[in-house]
Amino acid sequence: MTEFNRRTLLGALGAAATLPLVPGVALAQDGPLKIGFVYIGPVGDFGWTYAHEQGRLQLVEELGDAVETTIVENVAEGPDAERIIRQLAQDGNQLIFTTSFGYMNPTIKVAKQFPDVYFEHATGYQRADNVATYNARFYQGRAVIGTIASMMSETGTAGYIASFPIPEVVMGINAFTLAARKINPDFQTNVVWVSTWYDPAKEADAARALMDQGADMITQHTDSPAALQAAEERGVFAFGQASDMSRFAPTAHLTAIEDHWGPYYVKRAQAVLDGTWESSDTWAGMAEGEVVMSEYRDNVPEDVQAAALAIEAGIKDGSFEIFTGPIYDQEGELRVAEGVTLTDAEKASMDWFVQGVVS
Amino acid sequence: MSSVILVSIIMSVVGVSTPILLAALGELVVEKSGVLNLGVEGMMLIGAISGFAVTYTTGSPWIGVIAAAFFGTLSALIFGFLTLTLTSNQVATGLALTIFGISLSSLVGESFTGLTIPAFGSIFPDALADSPLLRLVFGHSPIVYFSILMTFAVSWFLGRTRSGLILRAVGENDHSAHSIGYPVIAVRYAAVAFGGAMAGIAGSFYSMMLTPMWAEQLTAGRGWIALALVVFALWRPWRLFFGAYLFGLVMTLELQTKAAGYTFFPPEFMAALPYIATIVVLAAISMRRSGGTAAPACLGRPFKATT
Repeated sequence: MTEFNRRTLLGALGAAATLPLVPGVALAQDGPLKIGFVYIGPVGDFGWTYAHEQGRLQLVEELGDAVETTIVENVAEGPDAERIIRQLAQDGNQLIFTTSFGYMNPTIKVAKQFPDVYFEHATGYQRADNVATYNARFYQGRAVIGTIASMMSETGTAGYIASFPIPEVVMGINAFTLAARKINPDFQTNVVWVSTWYDPAKEADAARALMDQGADMITQHTDSPAALQAAEERGVFAFGQASDMSRFAPTAHLTAIEDHWGPYYVKRAQAVLDGTWESSDTWAGMAEGEVVMSEYRDNVPEDVQAAALAIEAGIKDGSFEIFTGPIYDQEGELRVAEGVTLTDAEKASMDWFVQGVVS
Repeated sequence: MSSVILVSIIMSVVGVSTPILLAALGELVVEKSGVLNLGVEGMMLIGAISGFAVTYTTGSPWIGVIAAAFFGTLSALIFGFLTLTLTSNQVATGLALTIFGISLSSLVGESFTGLTIPAFGSIFPDALADSPLLRLVFGHSPIVYFSILMTFAVSWFLGRTRSGLILRAVGENDHSAHSIGYPVIAVRYAAVAFGGAMAGIAGSFYSMMLTPMWAEQLTAGRGWIALALVVFALWRPWRLFFGAYLFGLVMTLELQTKAAGYTFFPPEFMAALPYIATIVVLAAISMRRSGGTAAPACLGRPFKATT
């Protein structure tokens, strides 16, 4: 693996900027398939980027010498991203994974200049002949932890540390709350918006504030394990984000929603090797093994484990879908009629909260 | 509101305010000597990883804090050598120091990711922190008491001692100070070193107390807030103290009210607040014609002895 950080790469770009650009040529080559990864955060965040890095490692392990990967960490969404994606394409990478929502426009732009390079953009919605999109159904995992939280909570209140009110996050809050209220109809989810994906001190403070206000279950849609540590310190239960975070909170950590990108990365790289790659839109979940619950340990009582496993099984075989009516919104209005299930498009544009969410 | 919640809120305020206060106090002394070091964030991260790594290795948080101060100082001295001895541009060098600190702490921290240490909390016997009210007095990390002590010390040093006067003279008019025989560069080196030590300790408060772990860019931009606070406080230590606590109070109440289900301001506004406040203060002091600005006159200007 070659490893760059943004700055060394930018230095190289400075040198390359004086050379004329030859768009649209990805040199065919013998030797391994070169694959580039663009990351929004550090691989050591134990959250989103860490999970993508685990996926890359699985890809390297399974395909071995057939592939050669390059990663670029800490790439800001914006002009930097475009330069780095272009640089990766110029360097002969034939498959490039851009792993954050904000890389969407730069990916599409660079893809036009390199029609022979395949691009894969995570969590976006714009595609082209050589740009595919992929995402995972994390809300399925949120339904499982909502069930656990509701069964184990004494106060009937959970604290939810949320980043930004985008559909992905709103969907998670709603799935969590809907599942919790199936067990306890009075269950309440208190949401604190911290306006960041990653700020350990602030995430911990938000968790403390939520616990002060009566939450005895802490969950989060931010990337650091800080909130779990805060929960551990007070003897409150909490859930990990993106990877198993139990090492940070051995008694507080009940389970985590793990992102497993590995199977998808292997499949897509193999498709390029076989010459069968095609642009597609993949939204896989528990059934495909992309969303996995961390193993339940002794701190989850047996009946709760059984209930959680039943939900997981239902999600996998398609008999359980959390966004099935009747669903009421915060104002108490019926938003989804009985028996109706939200379509994927409706989920992906969700901008309203269900009953029980306090935000 | 029960007293338990109230105490918990106050403890949170102290937690948010302390590291910002420490880093800003250091920067205040640096700027008073006429040097602008924008590398606070980088020095904090170097302090954060050194404090964590040394505490994890030796098992002693005291040695950890000393290491944080030491490596913070060391990184500041690199900045000092570049800007004071080689008279490079302070703004550019300070920014480079931040980038350097981010990268170096990530590199060193790689082998410490995913580990935890016990929080460097109160050193008083538990019995003293039994009741909520006693917790307010005895329940803090030693670094908290240190930060309050340092506010007294810096205020007294700058305002009441001869050395403090010399430091201010160097910051207000370096050539005059030089012409009457004060060692301008040496004074600035000392100030820069002090700033590095304080930023290092501030950083270690994150990795050893608030979130006792190492994660890349753990301080998440608090160094910039500390820099803004120095301007906000018009370079005065006690204003700085109240500014830091005001900031801590606003941030904590914001989270508390949201956790209780009320929203007064959009969260994006709260995130921008320290910077908005700084811009307002900057605008206000530049409009105030009489008495000039509160900034040290030689702030950011490299000094080269002419004789």
